[in-house]
Amino acid sequence: MTGMAPGQLRWRCRRGMKELDLLLGRWLERGWPLADAVTQGTFARLLEAQDPEIAAWLLGGVRPDDPQLAALIDDILRHRN
Amino acid sequence: MKAYELIDHECDVIVVGAGGAGLRATMGLAEAGLETACITKVFPTRSHTVAAQGGISAALSNMGEDDWRFHFYDTIKGSDWLGDQDAIEFMCREAAAAVIELEHFGLPFSRTEDGRIYQRPFGGMTTHYGKGIAQRTCAAADRTGHAMLHTLYQQCLKHNAKFFIEYFAMDLIMEQGECRGVLALDMATGTLHRFIGQATILATGGYGRTYFSCTSAHTCTGDGGGMALRAGLPLQDMEFVQFHPTGIYGAGCLITEGARGEGGILRNSNGERFMERYAPNAKDLASRDVVSRAMTIEIREGRGVGADRDHLLLHLEHLGPDVIHKRLPGIVETAMIFAGVDVTRAPIPVLPTVHYNMGGIPCNLHGEALTVRDGDPEAVVPGLMAVGEAACVSVHGANRLGSNSLLDLVVFGRAAATRCATLLRPGSSRTKPAAAATAAAVERFDRVRYASGSRPTAAIRDEMQRAMQKDASVFRNGTILANGCKRLRQTFAGFADLRTSDRSLIFNTDLVEALELDNLLRQALVTIHSAMNRTESRGAHAREDYPERDDVAWLKHTLAWVDDQGGVRFDYRPVHLQTLGGDVESIPPRARTY
Repeated sequence: MTGMAPGQLRWRCRRGMKELDLLLGRWLERGWPLADAVTQGTFARLLEAQDPEIAAWLLGGVRPDDPQLAALIDDILRHRN
Repeated sequence: MKAYELIDHECDVIVVGAGGAGLRATMGLAEAGLETACITKVFPTRSHTVAAQGGISAALSNMGEDDWRFHFYDTIKGSDWLGDQDAIEFMCREAAAAVIELEHFGLPFSRTEDGRIYQRPFGGMTTHYGKGIAQRTCAAADRTGHAMLHTLYQQCLKHNAKFFIEYFAMDLIMEQGECRGVLALDMATGTLHRFIGQATILATGGYGRTYFSCTSAHTCTGDGGGMALRAGLPLQDMEFVQFHPTGIYGAGCLITEGARGEGGILRNSNGERFMERYAPNAKDLASRDVVSRAMTIEIREGRGVGADRDHLLLHLEHLGPDVIHKRLPGIVETAMIFAGVDVTRAPIPVLPTVHYNMGGIPCNLHGEALTVRDGDPEAVVPGLMAVGEAACVSVHGANRLGSNSLLDLVVFGRAAATRCATLLRPGSSRTKPAAAATAAAVERFDRVRYASGSRPTAAIRDEMQRAMQKDASVFRNGTILANGCKRLRQTFAGFADLRTSDRSLIFNTDLVEALELDNLLRQALVTIHSAMNRTESRGAHAREDYPERDDVAWLKHTLAWVDDQGGVRFDYRPVHLQTLGGDVESIPPRARTY
């Protein structure tokens, strides 16, 4: 559960960097519908992070300390294409 | 049409956009005691300024000899003499103070061992008028843009600026040729808001998404330029679009020049290293515009790769995994994620990719929007200003130098705020516009909201992006441009057949993307028509049929207007070859060679 309207979630995937637009947008489209409520909540939490932080996790090989976030990052990268 | 309630907000100054330029303006306005409303469609620290990693230029002389006059010369030469020299002087002189100011606000610049701001070299930045290499670019590691946004946003909050976040600005409110404010949509509630003020500053960024392949984030739809065109105002020098040679095919994500610096090679469908033909000495390491033009010719002459033969290949695998992993680690990840390519085994599909828009809303060096009126090319549009990539001051002329864009944002964001502080009195009367002033804008909103034609936004946008990519690309000629103008007019007319499917008002992204497309389409039209109109080659605008720069006919700024039928008309403004005073000599046009 995220408490966010579907459009709001989609809009929050708009970031300052194109790489993040693509990765977050794709996961929302393909990963989100299959994800359980906990993972969806983790995604909403990920969207609250700063762009350079998300970029370091998705593109820079940095692992978040939070295991739920780390698992989500892996799943986003699995849905990259 | 349904009747919409308009919720009014009165303030002294309205800023549209919260990237580097919008935030610097907002901060200065609030600091001066002007009641300021900053309207932004995304959260401020998620603006595209975040993607600016390179740094900000300023002749601080921290790493060796430097002088703002050297910077002034480099910027004029980089602009291929289309830049206004008074504005360039202003920017380069103010640069040091602007950087020091950011430092005082807490921006964590990278340091030298003795604690000064570290500065690195950047393309086109020289000392002694081209003789030496300048170290002029200040950076906060690779997060300069984000650090700038974060720092400025904190300053804005400190000075009590008011933010309206996830509000989408739709149209300027104009009366008798004056700007009274903007009409905006609150995306969270779907309500319409009139922001009424003494001045409106557009800081809405570039319009990279008019092209199929661009490095811009999805949010870069040039909303301010679209608003200005709908208000019957001109945009300036829109034919000048900067391309980066190596964007990943399809995704548009950037592969840095470092890849070719380390020995990467571009090849065509015959496996030929084609750059040897175009630049026998520098080969793949020739300058951005040279490589981009060569790639475009290869594709046009049928030597592109892929099903549509519309891109080329960048090979790194010959460098070996050790060199690649050691020197180019970021590229390994980016290529794998966005091209599905293991660069140690296979080449990366690439093509020239739109990176920056030199054109925009014509402005003087105070940020005041200009037009031509009764023969006066410096006529101010009362109440309207613009800063940053949305504006055309013009400090970048026909081609922008790296690390001059962040400088542009802070210098002119600050200048616009200073101008308002000089001219406006806090709380003095704001002219409340009549309902008629927003009637057309509300009607347009309603029409798009209930659009029931046959084509979704994505289909029309794709058609526009492919036409721009094919016909208004790096290397242009009259025949192809004429075809592109025709195609774009058809695409523009096709907007009447738009279909939106979401009728709700709560975070209706279908609706907002359609409104953004309207902004993109108008700017695509003026860009391709301006390119058709300018029969010379200068900076980023390269014509096969007019390969030389023509200072007799074309040392002037293009102004372009578009009507609701997609018709484009032109006028011109002179380039300011004069400087501000006696501190630096004007640089007369000469050949641009590196």
